[in-house]
Amino acid sequence: MSWMLPPSASTFAGDIDFLYYLILVITGVAFVVVEVGLIWFIIKYRSRPGRKAYYTHGSVRAEFIWTAIPAVTVVAIGILSAPVWTHVKGRFSAPADALIYRVTAKQFEWNFTHPGLDGTLDTDDDFTIRNRLHVPVNRPVLVRLVSEDVIHSFFVPAFRVKQDVVPGLNTQVWFEATRTGEFELGCAELCGLGHYRMRAMVTVHDADDYERWLASRATTTALR
Amino acid sequence: MATTAIPHEPVARTEHQELPFIRKYIFATDHKIIGIQFLIMSLLFLFVGGLLAMMIRWQLGFPETPMPGGTVLPETMAPGGILLPEFYNSLVTMHGTLMVFFAIMPLLVGVFGNYLIPLKIGAPDMAFPRLNMWSFWIAVPAGILMLAGFFVEGGHAAAGWTAYAPLSAKGEFSGVFAGQQLWLLSLAVLGLSSILGATNYITTIVNLRAPGMTWFRLPLSIWSLFITAILVLLAIPILSGAAIMLFFDQTIGTHFFDPTAGGQPLLWQHLFWYFGHPEVYILILPAMGMVSDIIANGSRKPLFGYHSMIYALIAIAFLGWIVWGHHMFQSGMNPTLGMGFMVTTMLIAVPSAIKVFNWMGTMWRGNIRFHVPMLHAVSFVAMFVIGGLSGIFMASTPVDIYIHDTYFIVAHIHYVLFGGSLFALFGAITFWYPKMFGRMMNVFWGRVHWFLTFVFFNLTFFPMHNLGVGGHMRRLYDPSEYEFLQPLAGTNRFITVSALLLFTVQIIFALNFVISLFKGKRAPENPWDDNGLEWTVPSPPPHGNFVTTPTVYRPPYEFSSPLVEEDHLPQDRDLGQKTDPASAPGTG
Amino acid sequence: MAHAAFMESPRDRELGAGVYNEKLGIWVFLGSEVMFFTALIGSYIILRFANPGAFAAPGEVLNIGLTAVNTFLLICSSVTMVKAFAAVHDGDQRQLKLYLVATVLMGAAFVGVQIYEYAHLLHDGFGPGGIREGSHLAERAAAGELSLGTPDPATAGIYGSTFFTMTGFHGFHVTMGVICMTYVTIKAFRGKYSATDHRGVEVIGLYWHFVDLVWIILFTIVYLI
Repeated sequence: MSWMLPPSASTFAGDIDFLYYLILVITGVAFVVVEVGLIWFIIKYRSRPGRKAYYTHGSVRAEFIWTAIPAVTVVAIGILSAPVWTHVKGRFSAPADALIYRVTAKQFEWNFTHPGLDGTLDTDDDFTIRNRLHVPVNRPVLVRLVSEDVIHSFFVPAFRVKQDVVPGLNTQVWFEATRTGEFELGCAELCGLGHYRMRAMVTVHDADDYERWLASRATTTALR
Repeated sequence: MATTAIPHEPVARTEHQELPFIRKYIFATDHKIIGIQFLIMSLLFLFVGGLLAMMIRWQLGFPETPMPGGTVLPETMAPGGILLPEFYNSLVTMHGTLMVFFAIMPLLVGVFGNYLIPLKIGAPDMAFPRLNMWSFWIAVPAGILMLAGFFVEGGHAAAGWTAYAPLSAKGEFSGVFAGQQLWLLSLAVLGLSSILGATNYITTIVNLRAPGMTWFRLPLSIWSLFITAILVLLAIPILSGAAIMLFFDQTIGTHFFDPTAGGQPLLWQHLFWYFGHPEVYILILPAMGMVSDIIANGSRKPLFGYHSMIYALIAIAFLGWIVWGHHMFQSGMNPTLGMGFMVTTMLIAVPSAIKVFNWMGTMWRGNIRFHVPMLHAVSFVAMFVIGGLSGIFMASTPVDIYIHDTYFIVAHIHYVLFGGSLFALFGAITFWYPKMFGRMMNVFWGRVHWFLTFVFFNLTFFPMHNLGVGGHMRRLYDPSEYEFLQPLAGTNRFITVSALLLFTVQIIFALNFVISLFKGKRAPENPWDDNGLEWTVPSPPPHGNFVTTPTVYRPPYEFSSPLVEEDHLPQDRDLGQKTDPASAPGTG
Repeated sequence: MAHAAFMESPRDRELGAGVYNEKLGIWVFLGSEVMFFTALIGSYIILRFANPGAFAAPGEVLNIGLTAVNTFLLICSSVTMVKAFAAVHDGDQRQLKLYLVATVLMGAAFVGVQIYEYAHLLHDGFGPGGIREGSHLAERAAAGELSLGTPDPATAGIYGSTFFTMTGFHGFHVTMGVICMTYVTIKAFRGKYSATDHRGVEVIGLYWHFVDLVWIILFTIVYLI
């Protein structure tokens, strides 16, 4: 049972994890203050014979203070969150040089259309793999999301990305992997009876390895 | 009064005519009986909803192990005691649906709205007693329709309690046909019941307050029920409209949510959450109100910041209409809109914080009596704080990207709905039980139940935050499919064991509730030394409530007033020439 | 300042809304109805903006002339409703009965015309699922006689969905109104209303005007725009 986020593997993790830990600390302090206060009051002001409670209807000053502090705090969190949100999810936030992929989700599989050797989508050398996505490391990747049936959600915990895939709506998400390796991708929106096994693997290659993998992929495709 | 030419006829005022059994207890028009009818119905649904949760937990804690007693379920649900994924999805859907619409909402609004409003404002009954009867007897068929879904071919609705289209719109996608349709019909029928109830509450509170019961002498419980009734009145028809559109999509071939013929799946989400977020406040505001009553009583002090408590309620109810998008940050909604919804959502934390601090302010320098209702009320505050604070994580849109649709959300909603609303309800039931049934509940077993519930509640739901932080998605039939979730299997088992214990200890409450009906100590008029008007009449109060209409002289929380020897000062006590020192400007 | 309420003398009675329960109740209930139709009309607006090509130009599929007559009928029924209320207010029982009967008849006629319109549209091939394949309307669409922005009428299903749901629910409300109005009329014939007590007439009247108002909005956005 840990409050630590799992190891990260994308450029978003820095900002998102920072915000998460910041909120964890702020809410943690508020939690302790309130709960300790409650326990203290329970013990200190427990009923004792012959005593009457202090008769008061409130204090404007106290209420002003405990209105202002939470208000300032949440507004500050909002101000810190806004640029990160725009950076991750803004309509035009994906870098122009991003490698573009297409993901077609359907019950209960992910079909990843890779841009192929030329690095552009919708050309002849595109190829589609089921439940496996291969991306290069340290290069922005933009994923266009299409659903053939119901709503799914593209979730790679290690990349800190999640985006619903809505039929009839062109959504997209971008990320930049920072570590090579294999990462799990899951469906985060209930999509039917096989929702729990709608899983895929993302393989992050280093640049050379990615080229080699693409080349080998091209030969096998050509042979077929 | 000149404009009100037609007086509201007091219903069965003083003459206590004997009604036949069926009119008195079945098709009753007495608000107190209707409240108790709702109580029985919703406690049964609470039990069924809990039972479904146990099955969910068993599957998550011990997948592939036959569930104890699971073999009684038919092959289509759990062959050999092992749940099928399609049945699991139905369980998840129906647990949420039953708890939200048939347990917590009727417990708060149906039970205490009915029972408390006329008694606490000094009225003989609701403004429309017969309409009130209808509102219960429309809710019953809604419940039957909802339960019927379990027995139809294809199983019950399995698209989640939020029923996101198009999964919910086409049987081919979910394998569920009649179940989903019954689900929608039931909610539309239940909606009518809620709207009739809300119309009644609003009219009653506006028009039937006793002399002297000004707006700012109403107890917080009544204020919160009044604001809740407005939310019900305005939010439920949105759900009804959406449910009917979805029903038409399934039955007569419309295409509202069908993207292949011009429909919009996101339209369902917008409609659902435009209803759904006010609904969230429907599920918590009455709890806040009743907890305010109980904490002031338990602390023997006037409620700290009575007026700001009311303004905070109003602020929450108002802001509740402009935050629905925070359920849809990752849905593909325009991200710029997401920013606006983040701001409004953050702001809603402010009135919530005001309320928590005012409850603490009420306890400060009090003379706190720990009767069972007070134990539950203080637990409400302690747990609501956790639910409120965890909400800030999701309000921050970037963090929500990761947290959304994980167990963090599950933890959050249970801290608000169980830790919040249900603790408040345990408090309210134990507090008003003597008035309802004329008997006291057993104190020892009440304390045992509170303690065990508090412990197992936290052991069950607190670790769910950690699951969510680990990336554990919601509504997963078998989390072991994912490698990264396998280390969390132990936590899942721990939660399951805690949840089973949490469910088991509710037997204590059930037994205490039932046995006290017959064996409990006779309740006096005012067992908690409270100030409300309901405590000035016999327990249980007769049909028509008050022999003579009470006159109200002061606000509801005049505990430990220097004017009198004892530490409470009922709202209707006439002190003659003595004036309230509180009326001198500058005090407090 | 927060204690102003405490300073009132104890016997002060705050007036309620200043109206009797039934009147307040119906106003509150109509608030709920407003939200219901807001959900339907709001969805219509969103869907129409999202699919501009799915909606035929005014008059191509729907019969504006017939519906205009029907609209006139409903407006007239609101006028007779007002007359009925004025009559009972003055204690004129004969006129009360006369105008109530007129209102009921015009309300029923409205529903009748709507049923006729539905039957006609369904026959032509326009239903809740859109334009039916192989129907008369589908042929017209294929011949380019309809100004649909899409060549395939199957993708224009949303037009029929919104039309039948919105007008259907309005028709349902009118039907409920006619039933309740009939009940009020029967009570009127039994002499249950007087110049001092005519709550039923006023309450049903408020509901009736509301339904009328909704129709004027629907007629405008569904038929005319």
